[in-house]
Amino acid sequence: MLLIHCPYCDETLPELEFAYAGEAHIDRPADPASLSDEEWRDYLFIRSNVKGTHAERWRHIHGCARFFNALRDTVSDEFITTYPAGQARPDLTIKEAAE
Amino acid sequence: MTLHDRDLHGATVTIEEIPPVARFSLRVRDKDRAAAGAALGVDLPDRVGDRAASGDRTLVCLGPDEWLVTAPEQARDGIVRDMAAIRDGAPHSLTDISDREITFRVAGPAALTLMTIGCPRDLRRLEPGRAVRTVFDTAQIVLWRDGPDSFRLDVWRSFAPHVRSLLEIGRKEIAAGF
Ligand SMILES: [Zn+2]
Repeated sequence: MLLIHCPYCDETLPELEFAYAGEAHIDRPADPASLSDEEWRDYLFIRSNVKGTHAERWRHIHGCARFFNALRDTVSDEFITTYPAGQARPDLTIKEAAE
Repeated sequence: MTLHDRDLHGATVTIEEIPPVARFSLRVRDKDRAAAGAALGVDLPDRVGDRAASGDRTLVCLGPDEWLVTAPEQARDGIVRDMAAIRDGAPHSLTDISDREITFRVAGPAALTLMTIGCPRDLRRLEPGRAVRTVFDTAQIVLWRDGPDSFRLDVWRSFAPHVRSLLEIGRKEIAAGF
């Protein structure tokens, strides 16, 4: 079972307490009526589907109930980091350069 | 942890449904927390899983802005009244959820082992005196650790027969010496 660190509980806990909630950092358009059909389609359905590091939302639904974000490697399934909702995506190049 | 980590020969565990209490779900923003604590007479604990109690009122921090308030049933109206008095200055939501859950107590030398049959957490790391929301065989529960060998499970009413019967199966297996 995956172990996931909840940034609000500050504990690393079993996957069974969590729910996946799709790609992170997708802003809802402020004025949907002004969008073309293609732009609206892209907002609703088009996702990056990366092979590698993916920023995604998770919810600690059977715990503190909060949504948060995670960087997960879609190949190895490794959780690289998790961070509170509303924070910018962590820049991993800084971390890598330091190592 | 597996059943084999501890010598359970002759170890026992009891499962009982305990009498109902008044339960409230309290949601309040950071800036109004102190006012809510003053009204309840208990400071709101701020770490998820921490408890605080004063008099007959007990609070558990379930999430960053969510607390469970419990008290004897006769204290219910007093809690509603105390919180209503601060509503204008400290907006919050206080929802009576008393009847939503049934509470089981699981206690005895084999209590920790019995909990591992349904709870995916490493419960050795849940210190006595804390309480957390988690799952027991897919049913969401609030798990209170009252002592090294004493737990309480608040189980949603419709899941209670399933949780109870699973606990009974585990208890019988432990008693049979597995
Ligand atoms: Zn959490």
